[in-house]
Amino acid sequence: MTATMPTPLKPSDFESDQEVRWCPGCGDYAILKAVQRTLADVGARTENTVFVSGIGCSSRFPYYVSTYGFHTIHGRAPAVATGLKLANPELDVWLVTGDGDGLSIGGNHLLHVLRRNVDLTIMLFNNEIYGLTKGQYSPTSRVGTRSPSTPMGSLDLPVTPSLFALGAGARFVARSVDTQQAHLVGVLKRAHAHRGASFVEIFQNCVVYNDGVFDEFTDRSVAADRQLLAEHGKPLVFGKDRDRGLRLKPGTLDLEVVTIGAAGVSEGDILVHDETNRTLANLLGSLHPPEFPQVLGVLYCSPAASYEQVVFDQMNAAAGKGPQDLASLMRTGRTWTVAG
Amino acid sequence: MDTPSTTAPPVPPIQRQPRESVVVRFAGDSGDGMQITGSEFTAETALAGNDLATFPDYPAEIRAPAGTTFGVSAFQIHFGSREVMTAGDELDALVAMNPAALKTNLKDLRHGGVLVCDVSTFNTRNLTKAGYTVSPLDDGSLSDYRVLRLDVTKLNAEAVKPFELSAKEAVRCRNMWTLGLMLWMFGRERNAAIEWLERKFAKKPEIAKANVATLNAGHAFGETAELTSVVPYSVAPAKVGPGIYRTVTGTEALSWGIVAGAQAAGLARVVMASYPITPSSPVLHTLAGLKQFGVVTFQAEDEIAAMCAAIGASFGGALGVTSSSGPGIALKTEAIGLAAMTELPVVILNNQRGGPSTGLPTKTEQSDFYQAVYGRNGDTPLPVIATATPSDCFEVGVEAVRLATKYMTPVMLLTDGYLANASEPWRIPDTNALPRFPVTFHTDPTGFQPYLRDPDTLARVWPIPGTPGLEHRIGGIEKDYDTGHISYEPENHQRMTDTRAAKIDGIANDIPLQTVALGEDHGPLVVVGWGSTYGPIHQAVRQLLAEGQRVSQIHIRYLKPFPRNLGDLLKRFDRVLVPEMNNGQLVTALRAEYLVPAKKLAKVTGKPFKISELVSAFRARLEEQS
Repeated sequence: MTATMPTPLKPSDFESDQEVRWCPGCGDYAILKAVQRTLADVGARTENTVFVSGIGCSSRFPYYVSTYGFHTIHGRAPAVATGLKLANPELDVWLVTGDGDGLSIGGNHLLHVLRRNVDLTIMLFNNEIYGLTKGQYSPTSRVGTRSPSTPMGSLDLPVTPSLFALGAGARFVARSVDTQQAHLVGVLKRAHAHRGASFVEIFQNCVVYNDGVFDEFTDRSVAADRQLLAEHGKPLVFGKDRDRGLRLKPGTLDLEVVTIGAAGVSEGDILVHDETNRTLANLLGSLHPPEFPQVLGVLYCSPAASYEQVVFDQMNAAAGKGPQDLASLMRTGRTWTVAG
Repeated sequence: MDTPSTTAPPVPPIQRQPRESVVVRFAGDSGDGMQITGSEFTAETALAGNDLATFPDYPAEIRAPAGTTFGVSAFQIHFGSREVMTAGDELDALVAMNPAALKTNLKDLRHGGVLVCDVSTFNTRNLTKAGYTVSPLDDGSLSDYRVLRLDVTKLNAEAVKPFELSAKEAVRCRNMWTLGLMLWMFGRERNAAIEWLERKFAKKPEIAKANVATLNAGHAFGETAELTSVVPYSVAPAKVGPGIYRTVTGTEALSWGIVAGAQAAGLARVVMASYPITPSSPVLHTLAGLKQFGVVTFQAEDEIAAMCAAIGASFGGALGVTSSSGPGIALKTEAIGLAAMTELPVVILNNQRGGPSTGLPTKTEQSDFYQAVYGRNGDTPLPVIATATPSDCFEVGVEAVRLATKYMTPVMLLTDGYLANASEPWRIPDTNALPRFPVTFHTDPTGFQPYLRDPDTLARVWPIPGTPGLEHRIGGIEKDYDTGHISYEPENHQRMTDTRAAKIDGIANDIPLQTVALGEDHGPLVVVGWGSTYGPIHQAVRQLLAEGQRVSQIHIRYLKPFPRNLGDLLKRFDRVLVPEMNNGQLVTALRAEYLVPAKKLAKVTGKPFKISELVSAFRARLEEQS
């Protein structure tokens, strides 16, 4: 018997027959493209892949991919995806959520799906705004965000998605930007390869309600100086001339930006990225422009057994123990016979 | 092993007074082991061949302060030589382990009933905690009862003395002394209780021996103490059909029914997702121990997640199940709508308790009828079925799986706190004779779309991820009838709404016609019930029939849709009375559906109906002019 390799699929094979209905210029288009490219590159099969989403602009995503899809209810996609993996752990399940869906109404579920380490590739599209409900501020909006519900500016402090994920116990935390296709595809491939819950925050521009909110580090004119593309085992350097980097501020647990060659700083003083170090990931995740670069890439990756793996380990351990059929199950304990 | 019975002098045979049925309640502090005492008494009673019904009544607090009235835990058993369908109205015997137990339970003891009190607990401190200024043992207030004033604590201490237990360990054996006495009083064996104690304390043989010794001591006390105030009873075995029997609680029967249903459907995996809530958690606990049957249990982070995980599991081809109680069902409601919209099979167990809000978590009620039948946004019909007795939970569990999988719909199964904890003898069903309703996952890509329907049942196909050629997207947004794509078209929404309703209504053609449980199929009065009121209504109607009254009982399992002959049946009676443990819910549905002048008989005390109160209410209704 010869096994025939399935025909490799192209990115276009992952396009559904549905017309994409995001606003023209929305960052979601770029993410869709990157995901379709990733699926092709990793050899995904449409029949084994499922996209599960909640509610919001980003959550329309499943309709535009030619795989299986489930557009659920607001915030609950992690729970639906968990049930799906418990029914069939062989499926390749992707979760699509946004800053409102995942961190506001669904914050509890996101916390627990990360803590349990369910084997899912989770993409959180962060545009710091509610799009589908027409522009209210979101849990990632910066203080002072003016919106229809906060005409004088928002008051509450925003949550940092990566730090939330790390705090929840996520074993894979990464960041990328909608329009940086090569980087995004690279990050998504890493996330997909990771067994367990992989959390990817994607900075996504909402052209209608929050246009340019990430310009301070995504605009081409400043990107090189405001982004640090972290890579495991490599020094944390950035800048047009790759002459700036991060180091531990002596005597503290803080990071500082230093310039190589200035004030006696040499390349050897720059911190080397260790993606297995949770403390470092927390430090990198908390940096914001303009004082610091926005750190992108895989902040943290430290695999552990996935939830469904340990669930089915227990199922296997229990197999063969106790009553094996219904008739004997119902006869456990005290019974008595009444003669006819 | 000591066998004192072979050396003891022969005991003269005791003249036992035969009784058709007896009601006993064990009441004590929540730490006194009353539930264990009751369940061991139940086991011996079942083995003696009596029919029986039990009702555990325990406080919401896990360890309420000792000696308080709100910390009293009780276990009631009604057993007889004839059919027993309720835990009984009035007590023939009450065991009160402390003043608080006496205070809270005495009102249910019939005049002339047996009262066993542990006098050692009737000290000033405990009396004060129970709200007594004078000990009821001394003030003549118990003169209507046959009181056994026993120093159980001391008698127990003597019995366990040889085993050198700590004071605390010794006191904990006290309930077994009481059990021994009560087993003697009703002429019961002790073997099952002894076996159970030896198994439970297998790793602490001294504790096991002490418990057995005090159990035997309590029994011997009854035989030898010449208790002049108490006549021992005998209750002959009930006449029941041949077969293998066991006692079963609603929780057990329901859990096994779910497993049996999944097997009947040919589904290899059940995903039971639940969030802890009283009184529903025991179903999760029971199913968590049945992994070898392909049952994955998932303790979700909240009620919503539990429902959503069940939906996800069904999308993936497993049987999704979730369980909760009223407030938890409220939280699941949006997701239940998603299951209805995506037409996925999910079994939702609602173990009803007293409401609204947190209400009475450990007390029983059936006030979630409206919630089950109507409680969702949009036009969201789904089948609702209810269990009538602990053993009925098995069959209804199987039926819930059948309806869910055959009609691709969430199904609400209503049970209640009383049925969950109550037990009764059950003839174990022949698993080979159970219904079979295998499901077929759709695999044919030709002309596929996710809302392809069976022309007869209107159920959509069940295509599961992993199947080549059937890749599709479902969700909460309305879908086109013909393509399954998102559709906001007005006519399509009308058509889909009509179809969802017709699918559920059509179930009426696939369920048994409504029968009359007792009495004629026409006449001056029919009493219509649902759920756990079956037992008391049945007994009350039977009593009136025996008096020559014309009254009938209808008990409805299928609450949505109703059996298709229900309306015609109701119209054959002059009066329709609907007893419910709520403020009148089924009654309005019957009035709305059939325009019958049904009247309510509502009770929301957190306790089941008593037969006597139903008899009076039915009689009053018969005597009314219209």
